[in-house]
Amino acid sequence: MNLLEVEGLRAGYTEEVDILNGVSVQVGEGEIVAIIGPNGAGKSTLLKAIFGLLRPREGKVTFSGEDITGAAPEVIVRKGMSYVPQVQNVFTSLTVQENLEMGAFVREDDFSDRLEALYRMFPDLERKKGERVGRLSGGQRQMVALARALMLDPKLLLLDEPSAGLSPAMVSVVFEKIREIKGAGVAILIVEQNAKEALRLSDRAYVLAMGRNVLSGPGEELLENEEVGRLYLGGG
Amino acid sequence: MLELFVYGIVLGSIIALGAIGLTLVYGILRFANFAHGDLMTAGAYVALFFVASLFPSLGVPDARLAPFSFGWRMVAAFPLAMAAVAGVAILLDKTLYRKLRQKGSSAVMLAMSALGASFIVRMVVLILWGADYRSFYPGVLRPAMELPLGVKIRPDQVLILGVAAFLVVLLHLFLHRTKMGKAMRATADNPELARVSGIRTERVITCCWATGGALAAAAGVLYGIDVQIHPGMGWNFLLPLFAAAILGGIGNVYGALIGGLVIGVLQQLSTAFLLPTYKPAVAFVGMILILLIRPQGIFGPRE
Amino acid sequence: MELGGVLAYLVSFAIMASIYAVFSLGLNIQWGYTGLFNIGIAGFFCIGAYTSALITSPMPRGIYAQYVKQLFGLNLPFPFGLLGAALVCGLVALLIGIPTLRLREDYLAIATIGIAETFRLIFNNERWLANGPRGLMGLPQPLQGLVPSEYYNYLYLAIVFSIMWVIYWAIERAIRSPWGRVLKAIREDEVSAAMSGKDVFWFKMQSLVFGSMIMGVGGALYAHYTKAISPDVFTPLYGTFIIWVMLMAGGSGNNRGAILGAFLVWGIWIGTKFLTDLLPYTMKARAPYIRFLIVGVLLEVILIYRPQGLLGEEKKVSRFIEE
Repeated sequence: MNLLEVEGLRAGYTEEVDILNGVSVQVGEGEIVAIIGPNGAGKSTLLKAIFGLLRPREGKVTFSGEDITGAAPEVIVRKGMSYVPQVQNVFTSLTVQENLEMGAFVREDDFSDRLEALYRMFPDLERKKGERVGRLSGGQRQMVALARALMLDPKLLLLDEPSAGLSPAMVSVVFEKIREIKGAGVAILIVEQNAKEALRLSDRAYVLAMGRNVLSGPGEELLENEEVGRLYLGGG
Repeated sequence: MLELFVYGIVLGSIIALGAIGLTLVYGILRFANFAHGDLMTAGAYVALFFVASLFPSLGVPDARLAPFSFGWRMVAAFPLAMAAVAGVAILLDKTLYRKLRQKGSSAVMLAMSALGASFIVRMVVLILWGADYRSFYPGVLRPAMELPLGVKIRPDQVLILGVAAFLVVLLHLFLHRTKMGKAMRATADNPELARVSGIRTERVITCCWATGGALAAAAGVLYGIDVQIHPGMGWNFLLPLFAAAILGGIGNVYGALIGGLVIGVLQQLSTAFLLPTYKPAVAFVGMILILLIRPQGIFGPRE
Repeated sequence: MELGGVLAYLVSFAIMASIYAVFSLGLNIQWGYTGLFNIGIAGFFCIGAYTSALITSPMPRGIYAQYVKQLFGLNLPFPFGLLGAALVCGLVALLIGIPTLRLREDYLAIATIGIAETFRLIFNNERWLANGPRGLMGLPQPLQGLVPSEYYNYLYLAIVFSIMWVIYWAIERAIRSPWGRVLKAIREDEVSAAMSGKDVFWFKMQSLVFGSMIMGVGGALYAHYTKAISPDVFTPLYGTFIIWVMLMAGGSGNNRGAILGAFLVWGIWIGTKFLTDLLPYTMKARAPYIRFLIVGVLLEVILIYRPQGLLGEEKKVSRFIEE
């Protein structure tokens, strides 16, 4: 059984227009699955619809065997799914430490072990733990965003374009971190504009266009795929 | 002049308590709570009820706490008034604002609803107590102490400063050391991310109203201890409250604190040239000036 | 109660309702059509009333000069009073609008509260302006000698009613013009309207000014009906809040709604008097507060259950479309 099953999802922001026209996706435990495709394909919308920030009009979302279609984010996060938005993904007026504490909001236990573990994974953040996140650089903020989402020890992490707006050096750092996170056993569903890196990183990937599934398969296969290469990988 | 400044700080600390509550509500709920002044009125009158009606009938003793103008009843009534108005604020939210929120009403509609609520609260006070000016402890002499530099200040007023400072410290600890306090700051900072982190927005909102209402009540009672209370007092505070909150950068608690003190001092200093009844107008002119010169306030973000 | 008494009662009801309808129409331009949250209506009510009063009264002479102080007294006929009220209100609106119209809606609202309060304070404390808290009395009424005084109210009703309909007609024409459509566009989506090249600020200013001029006329009509005004008439309750309830009840964005709301809410207001007349003697002093409480609750009910009011917004604003 898959960790996350998305079947035939149809969703949109307004009454008239559907962005997603029946998308299906699966994520197994501990896998990294990438979603790539052109702008406007509905990739970010897919994540929002899975996480409950958008109510799907049709379709089903199952997480760990439970039907969570259209449930509220506050409910879903308590089931062990974490979401990192593309923009405004940190609390800028709170300190690094406070951001992480908010990440652990749903935990009932003493999470100091978890905090320490995350500081080991993100040593840069430990150094800056008392600083307001608004003062940090873009790359550091992205790290805070990731760390916040990891505080609750999620089974599945949804990442919306984590490399967006970062320098190339920072992009590699971020992807390295994502590999590290996967190494810790967290399943990841990642939406990316940077298709090449995403495909290299992922176990499996889906190509979305116009709100529909176009292709899917192991990451490496899609990398080799000519059509994918021509359309999405910039002729690389 | 110095004396006016000192009294301005006293008045300013009362305004600050109200403005902090107002700015908290604005930061989390994103609308201008026109009923905040009348929450101050409600606090003052609930305290009056305890001190002048309920406690006497229950036989609660009232030994005067020299050198202050009040007795034990007030000491007991103060936190009770805060709790009561916290409840009133939560009640208003549950019956009015929440319904509008669920319908997706705009900030203006919420503000209009708050305006209506302010009149409702005031009418209830008028129905129950009438329109007269009242004192918590009528007929008590309130001599002033003499400080260096020839400044006269009443012991009550020193206490007001102390209580206000105490409440602000308490609030700071709440916002920075407790989980709910941090959740409130997080919600004000980024409501969607707060949801994503699992923070239940409705609980934060309830807590926000409780805090704002309690602070407003405290401000109202303190003002009543210093001066007198009357049903229109809250409405008269509305302009200074907003001026203070805007001056400090709307949404910024510490800005509201500073803003309150500044507006209080400005208002008091103005009485050297203008009639005291013009104080709300002074606050208003100050507010317009800030909005023209630096609308984001002293501590607001750079636009 | 005899017929003559009932009729007289209805006439005074209709006069007040029509006067409030004028205010409601003015507010409708500002709020209903442009989305300006003006909580300072009482300020324009006050200025309009006082301006007309001062223009139409003579300067007090002789023994009266000791009791009544005013800035000026032109002793001009009624139409000049109306005109003066409208012009002064328009000017004040212009001056107020310059710093405040660029503000966010809720900031504009608090600014309008401040303006109304400031004007009330000035009129109350500066005796040289208009006799301070005592106010002005013995204001002249138009066409006074034309009918016997016991029937004068019928004449005044005719005057007020006509003025109300003239204003209604003028606004209806203006709203159906290109100008009106721009206002509607601004209210619906200010950013898009700005991007299509319209000077949003200037349109908002025009709306503020015209709405305020109409409110000024309302103030003048009030002054000459009651023949006596003082600052405590122009309170946030009687001078602002009740008008908002009227417009929201009738339907903002709808001129007929504005008029209907005025008559309806004024009727409810008068109706509550009959209710409170039933109160025991000890509660009589609290009657106005109970009545206003009812009005306040009415507004909340409207906002939650029927924010579009009775008639709702007018959908079509082009005279080229058949309604």
